[in-house]
Amino acid sequence: MDTMMRAPGQMDMLRFSTAGSVDDGKSTLIGRLLYDSKGIFEDQLAAIEQTSRRRGNTTVDLALLTDGLRAEREQGITIDVAYRYFATPRRKFIIADTPGHIQYTRNMVTGASTADLAVVLIDARQGSLEQSRRHAFIAALLGIPHIVVAINKMDLVDWSEDVFERITSEFAAWSAKLDVHDITFIPISALHGDNVVQHSTNMRWYGGPTLLYHLEHVHIASDKNLIDNRFPVQYVIRPQTDEFHDYRGYAGEVATGTFRKGDDVVVLPSGHQTRISRISTFDGEVEEAIPPMSVSIELEDDIDTSRGDMICRPHNQPAVTQEFDAMVCWMNDRQLEEGKRYFIKHTTRTGRAMIDELRYRIDVNTLHRDEAATSLGLNEIGRVHLRTSTPLMVDEYRLNRATGSFILIDEATNDTVGAGMIVDPGTGGASLVDELADDRSEEPAAA
Amino acid sequence: MTPPQTSTERSVHGGLSHLAALEAESIFIMREVAAEFERPVVLFSGGKDSIILLRIAEKAFRPQRFPFPIMHVDTGHNFPEVLAFRDRRVQELDERLIVASVQESIDKGRVQEEPGWDPMRNRLQTTTLLDAIAEHQFDAVFGGGRRDEEKARAKERIFSFRDEFGQWEPRSQRPELWNLYNGRIRKGQHMRVFPISNWTEMDVWQYIQQEGLEVPEIYFAHERDVFKRNGMWLSTGPFLHPRENEPITKKTVRYRTVGDMTCTGAVESDAATLDAIVMETAAARITERGATRADDGFSETAMEDRKREGYF
Repeated sequence: MDTMMRAPGQMDMLRFSTAGSVDDGKSTLIGRLLYDSKGIFEDQLAAIEQTSRRRGNTTVDLALLTDGLRAEREQGITIDVAYRYFATPRRKFIIADTPGHIQYTRNMVTGASTADLAVVLIDARQGSLEQSRRHAFIAALLGIPHIVVAINKMDLVDWSEDVFERITSEFAAWSAKLDVHDITFIPISALHGDNVVQHSTNMRWYGGPTLLYHLEHVHIASDKNLIDNRFPVQYVIRPQTDEFHDYRGYAGEVATGTFRKGDDVVVLPSGHQTRISRISTFDGEVEEAIPPMSVSIELEDDIDTSRGDMICRPHNQPAVTQEFDAMVCWMNDRQLEEGKRYFIKHTTRTGRAMIDELRYRIDVNTLHRDEAATSLGLNEIGRVHLRTSTPLMVDEYRLNRATGSFILIDEATNDTVGAGMIVDPGTGGASLVDELADDRSEEPAAA
Repeated sequence: MTPPQTSTERSVHGGLSHLAALEAESIFIMREVAAEFERPVVLFSGGKDSIILLRIAEKAFRPQRFPFPIMHVDTGHNFPEVLAFRDRRVQELDERLIVASVQESIDKGRVQEEPGWDPMRNRLQTTTLLDAIAEHQFDAVFGGGRRDEEKARAKERIFSFRDEFGQWEPRSQRPELWNLYNGRIRKGQHMRVFPISNWTEMDVWQYIQQEGLEVPEIYFAHERDVFKRNGMWLSTGPFLHPRENEPITKKTVRYRTVGDMTCTGAVESDAATLDAIVMETAAARITERGATRADDGFSETAMEDRKREGYF
């Protein structure tokens, strides 16, 4: 417990997503990570033990830990993304735990959107199945920088190095087409705890890190884009008091890049140029601001700037555009259709968007591209061309998750219906899916 | 002891420390609400989570005043120390406080005191809260709920939609992606917003320590006359009447949560300083609600059921 006493300033935070169903051992794995790191408390454990017993289960059903809603408990299914927390002396972890079966794409995409890392589970007895490939594909599509492939249930294949090697090389060959730079394979047994927190004594042939060690040490600070300065103005602070008569602070979160006092900047979409006179927080002035700090920027010149504008560097600007191509994941029963209009929210700017064209729909399991499709249903992903009522300051999602992402909102119901990732901000370029789909079409027989 | 930290301090890994990252996210959420809603309000009970909310509001909006008032739903059974703290804190901040009173709701006949010995007023608060939201036409209500507190909360969105009846429908929640929060509602509906959703009890105490924030004294170990009911140490006082088989003893206790006196239990503890509380939290093996809240013990989904009706 003394380890928890380390100065809080020495810990950082990692968000990771998991996906899968009860039978692939995901709940057992999460249960073990949480329990071994004290993320589960005794009263929670006692409550699920009681429920498991009442249902006549002989073992404790750790899935009950994440299945919090009445409907989930009654039906024994996981409906929604659940967030779980644990910490070690090095890091605080946020797990976005998503169900594998029900509405898998919608939930996986939601969980993946904020993740630094994805844990993809593979059952060692079955090799990489559709579900794990789908998860890896979505992780790559959503731009998660690190993937851990945890090959589970090694106890059921006699801790075989051969099995591990075979699955690893198969998966690596397939995933080479994904735009992921860091994939780590770890053989584990979530049930017995091998290589989860403790090194396995059953698999001495494995010289790599345990899952927890890897989660604690994977380097994420350099994942932040510190080059392309993008500061979406969120809120304008104007005290209008005697003391702060002329104060006008452009408040917001640094999306990407490093902002410093004295920097030459341009405010988009107006294009007016000025300089940063001060960057401040409640705790005082700061010399520089990096993502994801929430700060307040003051400018030397009094130029008309409001919510939805973006502060950038003059020689490194996003595209200012009213039409672009994007991959859209559909999240609602009311289908996306060509010609339909939606609200679009991109950074801190909201406008209207029209779906000009659905270029194709992609089958997440086979990666087959259907160019005849004219609509996207719930959990379907496709590439669209859309136009917006207001100029947006966009980058390709692959280069910038903050300025490359948007959501679509139904005008009638106000539901969030689509998640979009910009693939072509009007400047050309092929998407990850294009490359994958092209590749697949050349090898139709590959499974 | 730990040297003083600023929230913007980098971690050993080169990125922001976990507290700085949590703080930045919470500030972003508050500003997003201030920008997108007409009439927000922040709930403040005097408890540690809402103390964090007020500090985050300072960080988000100073040197300007808060673009929303502060509201307390007063059950009429609150700890006097906490009410005194509430008034002191609001005065220090020089902001506006609205008190919505459960006693008034009872007097007006909007709700009835629950039957039985030493009735709890926890459930009655929902009506008082929804009435106040309607009266002031609030369209966004900040709460200090955290996802680590309880299993239904673990699934709740940061922007959590409420229909015209103030109800939460867990099965049709809006997906929440990146930091793109959907704040669109129609008249009569409102949004509950939880800026510290991703904080844990430990994060809260570490942040209070880092920021040097004052908390009500009942969080620290003190001597108190208590009696045991439903496995919890309850405080004697004007609202609680020990039965004959509930002997009163003097114990050194502290509170891990502060709520209504009738349903908030004390824990035996010697933790008299913030450092000691952080140590104790690190060593705790029982959740704060499990240890101290009678209202969650009624059923497996007690919190979900209350939340569906419009509870915090």
